[in-house]
Amino acid sequence: MLSIKNLHASIEGTPILRGINLEVKAGEVHAIMGPNGSGKSTLASVLAGREEYEVTEGEVFFQGKELLSLSPEDRAREGVFLAFQYPIEIPGVSTTNFLRTALNQVRQYRGQEPLDAVKFLSLMKEKMALVEIDQKLLSRSLNEGFSGGEKKRNEIFQMAMLNPVLSILDETDSGLDIDALRIVSNGVNKLKSDTTATIVVTHYQRLLDYIVPDFVHVLYKGRIVKSGTKELALELEEKGYDWIKEEVDSTATV
Amino acid sequence: MSTLTQHELVLGLFEAAPATFLSLRQLGKESFYAQGMPALKSEEYKFTPLAKKLESSLTDFFPANPIKISAEQVKSAVFTGFEGVVLVFSNGKYLPELSKSTEGLTVNLLSEIENTPLGSIAKADKDPFTALNQATFTDGLHLSIDSKKSIESPILLLQFHQAQGGQVISPRIWIEAGDFSKATFIDYQVSLDAAPYFVNKVVEIKGGVHANITYHSLQEESNHVIEVSNVVTNIYQDAQFNSTQITLSGDMVRNNLTLNLLGSNSVGNMYGLYLLQGKTHVDNHTNVDHTIPHAESNELYKGIMADQSRGVFNGKIFVRQIAQKTNAFQQNNNILLSEDAIINTKPQLEIWADDVKCSHGCTVGQLDEEALFYLQARGIDKITAKGLLLYAFAGEVLDKIEDDSLRNYIVNQIQKRLGSNF
Repeated sequence: MLSIKNLHASIEGTPILRGINLEVKAGEVHAIMGPNGSGKSTLASVLAGREEYEVTEGEVFFQGKELLSLSPEDRAREGVFLAFQYPIEIPGVSTTNFLRTALNQVRQYRGQEPLDAVKFLSLMKEKMALVEIDQKLLSRSLNEGFSGGEKKRNEIFQMAMLNPVLSILDETDSGLDIDALRIVSNGVNKLKSDTTATIVVTHYQRLLDYIVPDFVHVLYKGRIVKSGTKELALELEEKGYDWIKEEVDSTATV
Repeated sequence: MSTLTQHELVLGLFEAAPATFLSLRQLGKESFYAQGMPALKSEEYKFTPLAKKLESSLTDFFPANPIKISAEQVKSAVFTGFEGVVLVFSNGKYLPELSKSTEGLTVNLLSEIENTPLGSIAKADKDPFTALNQATFTDGLHLSIDSKKSIESPILLLQFHQAQGGQVISPRIWIEAGDFSKATFIDYQVSLDAAPYFVNKVVEIKGGVHANITYHSLQEESNHVIEVSNVVTNIYQDAQFNSTQITLSGDMVRNNLTLNLLGSNSVGNMYGLYLLQGKTHVDNHTNVDHTIPHAESNELYKGIMADQSRGVFNGKIFVRQIAQKTNAFQQNNNILLSEDAIINTKPQLEIWADDVKCSHGCTVGQLDEEALFYLQARGIDKITAKGLLLYAFAGEVLDKIEDDSLRNYIVNQIQKRLGSNF
């Protein structure tokens, strides 16, 4: 489904990603872990199309299409969803209004009829239950004055509404208490299927108790330096990242 | 003082003034000569060089004659779903045959009123354009709301303007809201073609005890129009004044909005929105005078400037020594959409009382790129996303308009634009 080949990206001339290779197949959950500043969020942002990052080398194919040549909105319409690490507050735009605009543009792109108000509302009700989010929250300005947990639940709610093929969760666990973490993870798990895939970007193993990955990759200095199964995450939780840093830095100096 | 003051063009305007209100006119003329057209260095008009603009744009500094207006033109100009009465003006002249009053509203020509109160609220010596209007206006309307009368539907002052010779239109309106009365006015100015003219309008509003007056002004004239509007309001005890000033187009527009709070517990809510494109230049000067204790004023002006447009905001709040327990708030937020757009914003608070709550703030920024990316990342195209964000920005002011027909009309006009360059 997703094929990242030798991806290099930089911001304002500073290289952040230095050759990422990653294959994600339908039905899989991949966790991207790594110390702060390793490039995890950059990878998520580059995949979603954030303009500040300049891709200097490499290719990304998503369902056979060259992802990097698409605008952010077309990537979303093709089925890529980024759950933001820091969801943006937009005063004056309600979640309901904005999502209806988004969903209908996505549907139009896919050659589907727009949803009328009634159908949209019933779809919303169904997906709201998934992340235990209140309708009152959704008629308020987007994320304005939401708690950290409410913002993250809203991200997963939007994901449920847009029904993506590939979901990228960028540190969705940050700022969540244990109850919110459970609710958010449940939501993500219910949305998983054989035809979709998930990339979970996280610093801690905690989230992976709830969203169990098939593969765990460790990102360090802009490269995937180690890949394994979910046991690797447990090892990282126990030993921290220093042993990996040492391993990589020593081979680099040799 | 600009040379235009002595210019034969201005003299022509004086010559053409009618014979009514002789002493009032004389005072206006003297006051205009004393002040003169604001020169380039004039502090009050420094960002808005009106004299220069008038000299270069106007060909014929005479009053514009009224033009013929048809019932169809009125019908098509009135907002869809509008439920109130319409008072029609042609180049400042009231057209009774196309207008309709309502119970509790008394409509008279200014020339029909004995012992005219004109000039007692909008004082000629406070502003050269007020003086010029007082010296040269032809006639106008005196509107009065009966005491204790609440007129639920808004009263539309529909002002058609057209002056092929590039002439001067001097609307003059007096609004008097009796004690405990309530009314909403919508002042809507429409250009009938794209030829330039100069509108020099003065509106005086008096709100009696416990009166509640709302005054919306929608400026949507052609981009060759030069306009100065002086709206001056006095309100007394427990009265409330609400205003929205919406400006969507024009060549050079200057709005002076003055509110004198003259009774305790009086409240002023003043909102403004300017959405500018092309080379439109809009200058909003507000002036709130807290003269007594326990009054409140709230002010929110927002602007979006595209292309080479220019916005100016100057918000003066004056709290006199006696005006303890004043609450005065002012906010001006701006978004610049192009590198060539300009905003000059200046809060100006002068506070002589020591037990007051006053705050002010202004912001100038670009469209929030992070928010734009967030919306795009959900599948919304860039133009729609921009539109959503700009609309949300403007919405805070539009939400203050209670009349659905007016608000919907403005929303539609804005949405037409959002698909284009902003």
